[in-house]
Amino acid sequence: MANRIVVRDVEAGYGGVRVLHGVSMHVEDGETVVLLGTNGNGKSTLMKCIMGIVQPDAGEIFLEVDGRRFDLAGRRPEEIVQLGVTLVPEGRRLLPRLTVRENLLLGAYRAEARRDIARNLEFCLEAFPVLAERQKQLAGSMSGGEQQMLAIARALMSTPRILLVDEPSVGLAPILVSRVIAKIRELKEKRDLTVLMAEQNFNQAVKIADRGYVIVHGRIEFEGESTQKLAEHELVRKYYLGL
Amino acid sequence: MQARWLLALAGVLIVGAFVVTRTVDNRYVYFAAYGILQYVLLATAWNILGGYTGYVNFGTGAFFALGAYTSVFLIQAVQAPLVVLIVAGGLVSGLLGFGIGYLTLRLRGVFFSIATLALAVVLETMMVNWEYVGGAKGISIIRPSAGPLFTNYVQLLFVVMAALAMGAVAVAWFIEHSRIGRGFATIRDNEEAAECMGVPTLRLKLLATTVSGCLMGIAGAPFPYYITFVEPVSAFNLSYAVNSLAMPMVGGTTSWVGPIIGAVLLGTLQQLATVTISSELNLLIVGVVLVAFVVLAPEGILGLLRRGTRRTRA
Repeated sequence: MANRIVVRDVEAGYGGVRVLHGVSMHVEDGETVVLLGTNGNGKSTLMKCIMGIVQPDAGEIFLEVDGRRFDLAGRRPEEIVQLGVTLVPEGRRLLPRLTVRENLLLGAYRAEARRDIARNLEFCLEAFPVLAERQKQLAGSMSGGEQQMLAIARALMSTPRILLVDEPSVGLAPILVSRVIAKIRELKEKRDLTVLMAEQNFNQAVKIADRGYVIVHGRIEFEGESTQKLAEHELVRKYYLGL
Repeated sequence: MQARWLLALAGVLIVGAFVVTRTVDNRYVYFAAYGILQYVLLATAWNILGGYTGYVNFGTGAFFALGAYTSVFLIQAVQAPLVVLIVAGGLVSGLLGFGIGYLTLRLRGVFFSIATLALAVVLETMMVNWEYVGGAKGISIIRPSAGPLFTNYVQLLFVVMAALAMGAVAVAWFIEHSRIGRGFATIRDNEEAAECMGVPTLRLKLLATTVSGCLMGIAGAPFPYYITFVEPVSAFNLSYAVNSLAMPMVGGTTSWVGPIIGAVLLGTLQQLATVTISSELNLLIVGVVLVAFVVLAPEGILGLLRRGTRRTRA
């Protein structure tokens, strides 16, 4: 059944600073949509608005899960996770002093996810063999790539229908970025996920994206119906491909 | 399984405390033991918020004194019995905890601590200016009779405090081993991550401030009968805030055992110093021990033990 997110004319910011100026976008069922933007253009803020971590000042955010429609405005993050949306936050945000296994188990804090805890854990440890080896290690002592894998696996523990991934490439070596991106595609297919990913690494992001948006200074400047169209657009060519 | 053993142990300890009152007659023993048990209770209460969720509370004195002054008020007004005082003290301080949590928990980390520090100052000023409960000059409280079971009231207070401290430890144990405690741990480690994971952070933090405040109020409720003279400077004494923070730090903040170890260790040390040298030395001792631990064993005695067992296993 259909899972989708619709964002309409959202304005948001922090205190007096306005970050998003009337952003409208949507993610349809089964899609992988990439949100392209360099630092400070509002990618993370948009993600946080969807999660309810930042409350928008104006505009609407709707979520459809299994055909049921929810207005996300005014909901707290835990309710939104409960509805089936989970964010892999930028910079991983693990629980560094807890073990890998504890991090994973805590990912299933959502009531519905607790029923599936054994199945999800098995899935995650199979999908990420490196985590299976390091279950008892403290999360903070792993390498950046491993931590990113753990952050993604932890998000999956909550049995999300829609997965938001905020800049998975931050602070990773190029080879690891490829691996993480490939992993996201693999998981999306295995778990029937709908994915919204914020990225500034265009070449990596288009490998798995169906289509995308370019966000500049808090406005959606271009909507690319396909990755081909994105690659041809002047903004992308200038800022992301250096052409 | 572990829970049943611990409950049995707590029962044995309370009965043990009662049996001691049959055999030992020296009043000072009870006076000193009450002081240490009171710190077990305060340190455990502090640790539920400070240790489990990582929100450092500098206002222990405020919650403690509010419990004590609630008692003073009820004794003045209706001569309420001890049980009522304890329940009322817990309720009032729990309410204060809830209110403070509601007002300040959107503040993170150090800003919360500053707010709690201010709270103590505000409440103390209020008590200084409230004549009915003694105002600045303080008020004398006359103990009721100890009843048929005890030869004097301090013995009764000692047994009561033993039971209260045990109860607080049980609450801490339960929290630590439940979903609530795991939620607390995610808040302590990374609050943003906790939010992303769907942990109801605000609700859990409110629960922590309420429970922690409530237990501190309970600790303060029997205080007027213990000390028999209540005045603001001693009731709001800085030593409550410093001790209830230092004790879990010395023992170890991530487990319910930590505050007990810290309270027994520092509490006993301070009692010994009071008897042999001077009570003026107490805060100095706490300060020195705390600095030593922060530098040498930041995870407290439990951290040291854990490191020790890890090494022997390897």
